[in-house]
Formats: sequence, structure tokens, C-alpha cells
Amino acid sequence: MTVAIGIILNGLASAMILYIIAVGLSVTMGIMRFINLAHGVFAMIGGYLAAYLFQRADLPFALALILASLMVAAISIPLERLLYAPLYRASELEQTLFSIGLIFVAVAGARFFFGPSPLNFTVPESLHGQLYLGARMPTYRVVVIAGGMVIFGCLWLVMETTNFGRKLRAVVENRRMAEAVGIRSERLLVGTFALGSGLAAFGGAFGAEILPIRPTYAFDQLNYVLIVVTVGGMGTLTGPFLAALLLGITDTACKYFLPEFGAFFIFAAMVAILLWRPMGLLGRV
Amino acid sequence: MSDLGVSDEVDRERKRPALSSADVAPADLPPPAVAAFIGRSRLRFADAVPWVVIAAAYFMFPKDLNLGTQILVNVLFVLSLDLAVGYAGIVTLGHGAFFGIGAYCAGIIAVRWTGEPLIGVVAAMLLAGAAGLVSGAIILRTRGLTLLMLTFGLLLMLEEAANRAAWLTGGTDGLSGVTIAPLLSVWSWDFLGHTGYVYSAVCALIGFVIVRTIVFSPFGRSLRGIEENVTRMAAIGAPVRLRLIAVYTISAAIAGLAGAVNAQVTQFVGVHVFSFELSGTALIMLILAGPGRLYGAFIGPPIYMIAAQSFSDRDPTYWTLWLGLLLITVVMFGRGGILGIASRIRDRVRVMARTARS
Repeated sequence: MTVAIGIILNGLASAMILYIIAVGLSVTMGIMRFINLAHGVFAMIGGYLAAYLFQRADLPFALALILASLMVAAISIPLERLLYAPLYRASELEQTLFSIGLIFVAVAGARFFFGPSPLNFTVPESLHGQLYLGARMPTYRVVVIAGGMVIFGCLWLVMETTNFGRKLRAVVENRRMAEAVGIRSERLLVGTFALGSGLAAFGGAFGAEILPIRPTYAFDQLNYVLIVVTVGGMGTLTGPFLAALLLGITDTACKYFLPEFGAFFIFAAMVAILLWRPMGLLGRV
Repeated sequence: MSDLGVSDEVDRERKRPALSSADVAPADLPPPAVAAFIGRSRLRFADAVPWVVIAAAYFMFPKDLNLGTQILVNVLFVLSLDLAVGYAGIVTLGHGAFFGIGAYCAGIIAVRWTGEPLIGVVAAMLLAGAAGLVSGAIILRTRGLTLLMLTFGLLLMLEEAANRAAWLTGGTDGLSGVTIAPLLSVWSWDFLGHTGYVYSAVCALIGFVIVRTIVFSPFGRSLRGIEENVTRMAAIGAPVRLRLIAVYTISAAIAGLAGAVNAQVTQFVGVHVFSFELSGTALIMLILAGPGRLYGAFIGPPIYMIAAQSFSDRDPTYWTLWLGLLLITVVMFGRGGILGIASRIRDRVRVMARTARS
């Protein structure tokens, strides 16, 4: 029983991080169908920035996370306008290779500024201990789970109740119709892109203790981020959430019970799900 | 591709009376559109250039034959990728799966059964082709991101499987003890790589002949059509899925050939054959040279590999930076890669020459 609870809690923690990183990608891909493999780059930058702000500039932990996310969101806007926007109509192959090129540049940049070794990320003293929730859990991971849930709830509220969310849903549903009734989809897209990049930065920093930040971060997490997006279904909030939960908990369970198979079953499950539902679990066919 | 679209059909429409009169007067030439189409597959001077260069390199750089062999293996692999990606528009992140299957097949045959290289190569092609047929039949129903993720997922599965099945593959240590018998029982595998170079050059030539024959055949033209407008091809009655599966199978077999040659020449197979890096690098080489242009496979690998070698010797950081910038630039400004830019320059020069004349 303790084992089961431990697996579920640890799985939940990594699921929340994956969700926070991937959800922005899911929504922007739902609008533009842009195959962006470089989304993890924003998470990496967020991790480095937050570590700098927290450990060197001595800002409070929460403030460091939020500042880092805002900075990445600000950086992402010119990036989207200058680099991504001209390629929205390009072929899938070109988008893939463009984003791989972007990862390469980010890898070189991170190696140049921060060195090749993984970032030594320490969470604040107050979150160091352990809690007992049916199984012993590091306090920080419990905070991660709670934080992820809160973010999911907030996003859901934004999507369902605000004007921004309604417009966004309309654009994902039918872009041309939404434009016909006067929604500025370009502007909405930029906003969503910035929000998604900021969230990714937050996820990267928040989860640096679980998924170590290093120059090749975007490549390391590439398959998991893409699995969350494609299995969940592009353009939805709940799809990636469901996929992240599935992925996080199955992955933790597989590593615990069947370490000799590695991640084989995760990839097999992804292939099976995509064959069963090519547009993802909650995606429309 | 203006020569494929509507204008062709209009031409044929207009030429129809001329054709019927040609039946009466057999001396008449075929209409220009048809003549151009027939002329496409004729061997031209350009077809000989890569092979002259490959032969010349053998005599000019006798010390670098091992690098040359690696380049030739990549030429073959990129050629197979071009057939699937450039001609048929099958976007794949996992073509290394077939390279790896071919490599392991040839390697395991050499370790467990026989060191005869030709048996290994043929078996690898058959196995990789079969893998392409089965996986293609399953995954080619999908398109776009889903297809990308399915090919990627299959590659990741194979990587994990090769990693864990150490009893068969040697796991992370790689497959060691690959000993290959002399080629045709005559040429032994020397340290400097003479045999390996010629062997891989001949295999690349075989691969090229297969790919060239396919892309100029009516089957190849229909693949082009599928790549450009799948809906229209389906509407005019082309069995789209069957053709995609067929070309995927052939492409997989050629990728398997490349993997087998690599395993035999280096006498080693490591799990990296299933890495995303290998598949991604092949895609990069293809896009830099220009996909769907047949000769891209001869331009991308040598440029990429020589550049990679000289840059990463100095500093890997700068290598990834320049590679990344180059990729971004090529995608944003240089559509069609090196060959695309070259053909645009050629067109412009022709236009200028014509205006100068008139």
C-alpha cells in the first residue's frame, strides 16, 4: 500500500511538471499546427534564470520563479513574431528542422553561459523536510503537486469564464469563423504563446529538482513533452492534463516494478494510443 | 512544380489533335510536354559527377578512406530518407529504426552464423524491408504530427529494446566480435579501409540506381503527386496508402542496406544506431542539401560530416551554435537547401541571358 501511494505521489509530481511545461505547447499547436520541438528551451531558460535569481540575487523562491517566468514570456514574444510567425505556413519537415536548429542554438548558449554540467538547484530550506501522506514524501514534491493542481484549476477557470478563454476556444475550434466574427486570432496567438512559454519556464524552474536543468534539457525532455501533447490531444487543457497523469504515474510505476524494460512500455503505450486515437485522447478527429 | 500541375493537362488537351495527326504521320515528334517527361529519365552528364568524385577521392585522399566510407554510408542512408521524405512526403523522425535493424541484422549474422558479407547485406535488406512493410501498413494511415510521433515512438521503442536485450545485442556495450569474411573471398578488410570504401561505394551505387529508377518511373511521379496534393491524388483514383506503404518498404530496405554496410565496415554495432541523433542528423543533411532532388544525398553528407569533424575538433559549443544557426537560416531563407538555391540562381541566369539576347 505504501508502495502504491509512493508511486502515485511521485508520479503525480512529475506529471504536474510535465503538464505545466507542455500545456502551452498544446494550445499553441492547437491553433497553428506548428510542430515546435523547441518548447523545452523555454523551460530550460526558466530553470537557469530562476536559479540565478534565487541563489545569486537572493530573491525569495516564489518571487524568483514568477520573475523568471515573466522574463521568459517577454523574451518569447519577439521570438514568436520574428522567427515562428514566418513559418506558420511552412511544411512539417521545415518546422521540425527549424525547431531542432533552435534547440541547437539554445544548447550552445546554455553551455557557453552556464557550463556543460547540470545545474545545482537547491530548493529553499523550509521545503527540505518530508511529509507523511501514507508514504514518506519530500515536502517539496507535495508542494509541486499542489502547485500543479492550482495552475490547472486557474487555467481551466481562465479558459471557461474569461473573455480571453472564450475567444481562444473559438479560435481553436474554427479559426476562420472566429476571425469572421471579429476575433483577432494573431493577437490571441501571441498572447497564448507568451503565456505558454512563461508557464514552461515556470515548470522548468519549479521542477528543476525532479528534471535536472542542463544544456541538453530540451532534447532530454523532448519525447516526454511531445507525448503529453500528442497523446492528450492538441488545443485542449484537460487532454494534456490527462496524458501527463497517465505518463507520470505509469512511468514511475514502470521504473519501480519493471526497471529492466526501461521506458519501453511508455513508448509502446504512446504508439498504441495514437493508433487508436490519432488526434489524441481528447482531440477531435 | 509547375510541370506537374494543371498546365500539363491543358497542354495535353491542346495537343490532342496534333497527336491524332501524328498517327498518320509517324515522323512527327511527340508533343513538348511528353518529350520533356521522357527526357527527364535520360542519363545526363550530372549523373556521372558524383561517381567521378567518389572514384577520384579514393586516389586523392588515401589516408581519409575511413571518413570517406562513413560519408558513403550516410549518402546511402540519406538517399533512402529522400525517397520517403523528399519524394513521398512521409515525415519521419525515426528512419534510423531501419538503419539500426539492418546494422544489427548484419552484425548478429556475422557473430552467430557466418561472416560472409553478402549474406549479411541481403538479409539486412530483407529484414529492414519487412519491418518497413509491417510498420508502414500500421502507421501510414496517419499524417502530420501523429505520423511524426509514431515514427519517433517506434524508434524509441527499438532503442529501449536494443538497450535491454543485452543477450542479443550486447546492450549498451554494443555488439562486439563482428568478424567479416573477405569480400567475395578475395579482398580482405584492411586497416586503411580500401575494401570498405569500394564496398560502400558499390552499395551506394546500387542504392542510387534503385532510387533513380523509382523516382523517374510513373510510380515515382505518382508519389510526387501524393506529396504535393494527397486529396487530388486520391480523387483521381490513385491507391494512395498502398503506394506510400510500397515506397516506405523500399526506403526501409535501402536504409537497412546502409546500416548493414556500416556494421560490416566498422565491425561494430552500438545502440546509437537507434538514437534520435542519428535519424535527426540524416534529416539535417537532407534538408541542408535540398530534399526531393535526388542528388541532395551526395551533397549533404560530405559537407555536413567534414564540417562537423573540423568544427567539433575545435569546440563542440561552437559547432552546435553554427549548426543551429545554419538550420534556422536554411529553413527561413534558403527554401530547398543548397540545390534549391543553385536551381534558383540557374533560373535567374537563364532569364537574364534571354533578356540580354532579345
